[in-house]
Amino acid sequence: MSYANKDDAVDLNSNRTATAVLVLGDGTVFHGFGIGAVGETVGEVCFNTSMTGYQESLTDPSFAGQLITFTFPHIGNVGFNDEDIETTGIAAAGLIIRASITDPANWRAVGPLDDWLKSRGLIGIAGVDTRRLTHFIRKSGAPNGVIAHSKDGKFDIPALTEKAASWPGLEGMDLAKEVSCKEPYEWTETRWAMGSGYGEQTAPARHIVAVDYGVKRNILRCLAELGCRVTVVPATATFDDIMAFKPDGIFLANGPGDPAATGEYAVPVIQQCVDSSIPTFGICLGHQMLALAVGAKTKKMHQGHRGANQPVKDLTTGKVEITSQNHGFVVTRESLPDGVTETHKSLFDGVVEGLEIDGKPVFSVQYHPEASPGPQDSYYLFKRFIDLVDRKNA
Amino acid sequence: MPKRTDIHSIMIIGAGPIIIGQACEFDYSGTQACKALKEEGYRVILVNSNPATIMTDPGLADATYVEPITPEIVEKIIEKERPDAILPTMGGQTALNTALALAESGALDRHGVQLIGANREAIAKAEDRDQFRTAMLKIGLDMPASAVAHTLEEAWKVLEEVKLPCIIRPSFTLGGTGGGIAYNREEFEEIVTGGLDASPTTEVLVEESIVGWKEYEMEVIRDKADNCIIICSIENVDPMGVHTGDSITVAPALTLTDKEYQIMRNASIAVLREIGVETGGSNVQFAVNPENGRLIIIEMNPRVSRSSALASKATGFPIAKIAAKLAVGYTLDELDNDITGVTPASFEPTIDYVVTKIPRFTFEKFPGAEAKLGTAMKSVGEAMAIGRTFAESLQKALRSLETGLSGLNEQNFSGHGEQHVDKQRIQAILAQPTPERLLNIAQAFREGLTLEEIQTASKYEPWFLAQIESIVEMETAVRTGGIPTTKGGLLALKSMGFSDRRLADLADTREEHVLAARKKFGIEPVYKRIDTCAGEFPSQTPYMYSTYEGNEWDEAMCEAEPTDARKIVILGGGPNRIGQGIEFDYCCVHAAYALSEAGYETIMVNCNPETVSTDYDTSDRLYFEPLTVEDTLAIIRKEQSKGTLHGVIVQFGGQTPLKLAAGLEAAGVPILGTSPDAIDLAEDRERFQQLLHKLDLKQPENGIARSVSEAFDIAERIGYPVVVRPSYVLGGRGMEIVRDGDSLDRYMREAVIVSGDNPVLVDGYLQNAIEVDVDCLCDGKTVFVAGIMEHIEEAGIHSGDSACSLPPHTLPADIIDEIKRQTEALALALNVVGLMNVQFAVKGGVIYILEVNPRASRTVPFVAKSINYPIAKIAARVMAGESLASFNLEYRTLNHVTVKEAVFPFSRFPGVDVVLGPEMRSTGEVMGIDTNFGAAFLKSQIAAGVKLPTSGTVFVSVKDLDKEPIKDAVAKLIDLGFKVVSTGGTAKYLSDQGLAVTRVNKVMEGRPNIVDTMKNGDIALVFNTTEGAQALRDSYDIRHTALVMKTPYSTTVAGAYATVQAIEKIMTGTLEVKSLQSYS
Repeated sequence: MSYANKDDAVDLNSNRTATAVLVLGDGTVFHGFGIGAVGETVGEVCFNTSMTGYQESLTDPSFAGQLITFTFPHIGNVGFNDEDIETTGIAAAGLIIRASITDPANWRAVGPLDDWLKSRGLIGIAGVDTRRLTHFIRKSGAPNGVIAHSKDGKFDIPALTEKAASWPGLEGMDLAKEVSCKEPYEWTETRWAMGSGYGEQTAPARHIVAVDYGVKRNILRCLAELGCRVTVVPATATFDDIMAFKPDGIFLANGPGDPAATGEYAVPVIQQCVDSSIPTFGICLGHQMLALAVGAKTKKMHQGHRGANQPVKDLTTGKVEITSQNHGFVVTRESLPDGVTETHKSLFDGVVEGLEIDGKPVFSVQYHPEASPGPQDSYYLFKRFIDLVDRKNA
Repeated sequence: MPKRTDIHSIMIIGAGPIIIGQACEFDYSGTQACKALKEEGYRVILVNSNPATIMTDPGLADATYVEPITPEIVEKIIEKERPDAILPTMGGQTALNTALALAESGALDRHGVQLIGANREAIAKAEDRDQFRTAMLKIGLDMPASAVAHTLEEAWKVLEEVKLPCIIRPSFTLGGTGGGIAYNREEFEEIVTGGLDASPTTEVLVEESIVGWKEYEMEVIRDKADNCIIICSIENVDPMGVHTGDSITVAPALTLTDKEYQIMRNASIAVLREIGVETGGSNVQFAVNPENGRLIIIEMNPRVSRSSALASKATGFPIAKIAAKLAVGYTLDELDNDITGVTPASFEPTIDYVVTKIPRFTFEKFPGAEAKLGTAMKSVGEAMAIGRTFAESLQKALRSLETGLSGLNEQNFSGHGEQHVDKQRIQAILAQPTPERLLNIAQAFREGLTLEEIQTASKYEPWFLAQIESIVEMETAVRTGGIPTTKGGLLALKSMGFSDRRLADLADTREEHVLAARKKFGIEPVYKRIDTCAGEFPSQTPYMYSTYEGNEWDEAMCEAEPTDARKIVILGGGPNRIGQGIEFDYCCVHAAYALSEAGYETIMVNCNPETVSTDYDTSDRLYFEPLTVEDTLAIIRKEQSKGTLHGVIVQFGGQTPLKLAAGLEAAGVPILGTSPDAIDLAEDRERFQQLLHKLDLKQPENGIARSVSEAFDIAERIGYPVVVRPSYVLGGRGMEIVRDGDSLDRYMREAVIVSGDNPVLVDGYLQNAIEVDVDCLCDGKTVFVAGIMEHIEEAGIHSGDSACSLPPHTLPADIIDEIKRQTEALALALNVVGLMNVQFAVKGGVIYILEVNPRASRTVPFVAKSINYPIAKIAARVMAGESLASFNLEYRTLNHVTVKEAVFPFSRFPGVDVVLGPEMRSTGEVMGIDTNFGAAFLKSQIAAGVKLPTSGTVFVSVKDLDKEPIKDAVAKLIDLGFKVVSTGGTAKYLSDQGLAVTRVNKVMEGRPNIVDTMKNGDIALVFNTTEGAQALRDSYDIRHTALVMKTPYSTTVAGAYATVQAIEKIMTGTLEVKSLQSYS
């Protein structure tokens, strides 16, 4: 742990200092060693079981307001690079890992993960029994907590407990507004390929407007890859704002926070989109708010789904896809109104993972077909969306 | 999709004997498949010639054929059993090749049998280099530049494109036998020639060398609905150039970004689809250029493999079981994940620990073979270890190997009298792929080489090097600072996987001192569960590993949750090696089954990922841990914290757990069965001699030498030849027969280090005696002599390397009765509770005791299958306290004969002499069963891969002592129509006896000589017995050529006689097949 320090001789006979703590709202304290920036960060403590793609996860805006516990013990092995980024804006609030960060090993690495954490102001803690924490979350649900990182190892635990306990929590929180772009912009970058990196869409055949509730760049890349001109608009865009771009299709993005909170202003817009019969595709928060728009309900999950191994069954084909997921809220099955068909379900706990509006070119999934990180089994959904757009245009 | 109802009976083909490249992992897979298919209500027909397997237990399949796995014999079984389908993906390359041959000969169509799991086209597409390449290029995957050659001329042409260095891979061979890396034209010619010869289709692939690239494996499962999941990714620590079976590997892949990992994932799935693996598990291997990430596909196996076993144990996902169920039509989402009990099988396991596998080698058994690794597999076993970090799992794996390592032990680079070794020399050593490379790398750090220098030489991924470097840094801190005086310091060391013993060595103190320091700080391991899901769901299955978790401020979570049951701990056998293999795992598994039936909670401890014992459903609780006193005692203490520990079984796992007995007993742990003191009595020569004296039993003259001069005194007293060996070894390590003072002198100087603590045993050698192996059961009051096995080779050949017959095929009844009486006397005198094995030698009507081992022996499964009593199970229950009488065992007359034959890895170790001796070198065994000795022996030979001739020329060259004894065998062959050629002395003797013999030149006598004749394919059978160093050297070429030409040979007279009987059997009748269940 903090003893293995390349620059100094290791002295195992002196006491080490806990340079970071994770303090939960109930007063539980986990000690460890600070990584990344110095300071305090508050959020909901969740766990993520993906073994690869920590950089993508940490830059996923859907993780805003969350402290990610990585269940895989070695995080940082491949360092950081400038490509595996899902946003340069706000994303995860902090990280909790088991083993110390190592030097990077990968031909694409630019430097050690710790440097990158510091440069982004991300605060983390290493040396935690992350499996114990994971069990805690599984049993008690995702708690609110504070990670504090201080070189001298001095922490005011009661104050940190109070800070964690008084954090309002994700329920009722509209985080989309904070992570969304403020002005519309165009997106042309396409998917990454070995050898050539990211490409560029120069001859788009259709125009998609993506409403940014916290969109992951890889979603935009997937759309551009399939021949779309992509215009990204803020979460607060009105239906008229969207229509001003004369879209062939509308995309409702992923994002953090409570769908009910963001839905207060987004749902009416989405309802107009549905009514317009313009092909519409929603992912994650976009999926949840589409459900709200047609009269369904969402609820906060006990521990959520976060990982890259989540099995989902496509109820229309019977096929199983392994998906990348990151959600703490879910659409409740019993609230689905007539005229809405459940298309996908989780094989882990049976929750609703996808739906479509009968008779309309409108559908959505709870999980992440854009992957990044995670398996790319569900990329077909983007093609399905493009097919709807093209059929409408034909 | 529900399971298929159009098929009712399914044949499973096993992998046959344990050989390098095909070990216990196929017992694991076959056993799981049998259980899974029976559970679904199918009639299961099993074929496997290996008696030491769990899958051939009569209860596992409906009809169990312990018969040779050849297309001819399997077709006979098909005719008899009329299965609807064959599942060929559970028995390694053997099963796949046999199924392919049956498909191609039309046998399957003739009998209306379909292949399930993998069809003929898929097998051919995956196995045939040309077809595979075409398929991969078609789906856009990169392959190394390469082409196939069928002749040396073609190969030269290919080389013009491919360039040196290049890799030569023969088609359809096991573990890459006969392949290699050529750096120059001379090597190229040599390897291509050998490779063409090794390939049954005379085909080699010459390909671009990607030596030094990163190597990965993906374990993939696919179902009928085309659902594909990755079970596990594996990264090789040894870069490309070392066979993956010989590489240190870790799971999951540790040095890939998600983007690269997903490319590999997509490619793996695309490969399965393109090859057409309809259902089941496959393994896909990749190489990645560390400079630019270029991904190349190396190969795929459309079947369950060694890596599947590793992946199953590493993740908790039972690949073979699931693959068997998918083969009968289920889809992944219809199957449950037993580990969590709440999720389906259709998800990708995710893990929250690191798994390290290290292969175990036995080059020391094959003098003459170079201890260098390459594309042909050489390792005979492997140990796997689990830790929360790479360092922890690596150091646990090192001590799991049981090669005397307690961690990254020091290596000595310097030769005699050198103080300093220069960097270049160390780098040259690191550039060599050898079994010690990992240790050499650690040593190089100690010698001051930088990570970059080590990386340049070894091509190891820098991430792994940095981890090794940090372990070495911690070692330095302990060397200078002693055992840490802070909790944090000691905990940091323990969580990097340092054993107490290693720390004691580094701090120059005693292990007890380290333990005391740990106790003071309250530093203990916790146990975490292997749950397939990284804790996302609660685990129903106590499959656990230890880790030093937490820190000095927070408590770590332990998930052991011991129960309040009455429990028994079974210590397993660790990694496979020559002398200790699957037989002992068989015994441990039986102990688990039996004690569970008797109502105990069974707790297994083992570190071998290939085995059935490390399946999570074999015992009630499983700890995947190193077998050391420290690691096992920690488990026992944890289990003792609740419920009652009835005791620990140490007699079933071979020497491994026995070595722990003293330490455990000293710690107050109850040992079940025969007391460790009685075991010591049997192993301690002096105490044992007194016992024999008391019982009035004979032993060859012997003595214990504690110095070189004592050895000479004893040898002269007894008279040469004598058998010499170090005490306390298994598998005849270091054992030799010496025939004169010079040889003894050489042995004492070169082969052993003799001292007061390490005496050398000197026994009189009984020339041409018959050796007999006996296994018995005893509860201290009554004895049941389960099996008396007469060796076919004479005494002096290691019992593990000898063929043997049950019942004895030549011994008279009075001798057999006397052997039985002596066995009973010994068992009672030693107060054996459980199993005991005795080795006797019979010469001139006199019975001598060679060795007694009051524990499970290698022959236990063979005896159990021969007499149809589950003797290992009964022994386990007797050890737990039941009386032997309660099992009502009776001596039944057998209406059949079983013959066990050993299988050797000589073809993997070029340069090694194949002459058998007192040091065990076989990797596995087969059993032949029939109504008479000749047929049973013949089956054992066929099963062992020997193709006996029915016509042609026999070459006979025997030592003087054997000339008279071999006469009748030669005469019989002449009667059967064979021609005989012999070298000078033998030719003269046989001619003098009136036999028609043609003389040929010895190798030294000018050309053409016998080796020329053999190379021309003019010799069908070789009888060659030799002794003495000079004669051995002179005749080496003969045996080596026989091996290369695959000419059957016998190096003993007794073996020659059995061979003649078998040939007679082939010529006079056809072999019948019969299931074990139908023998009574």
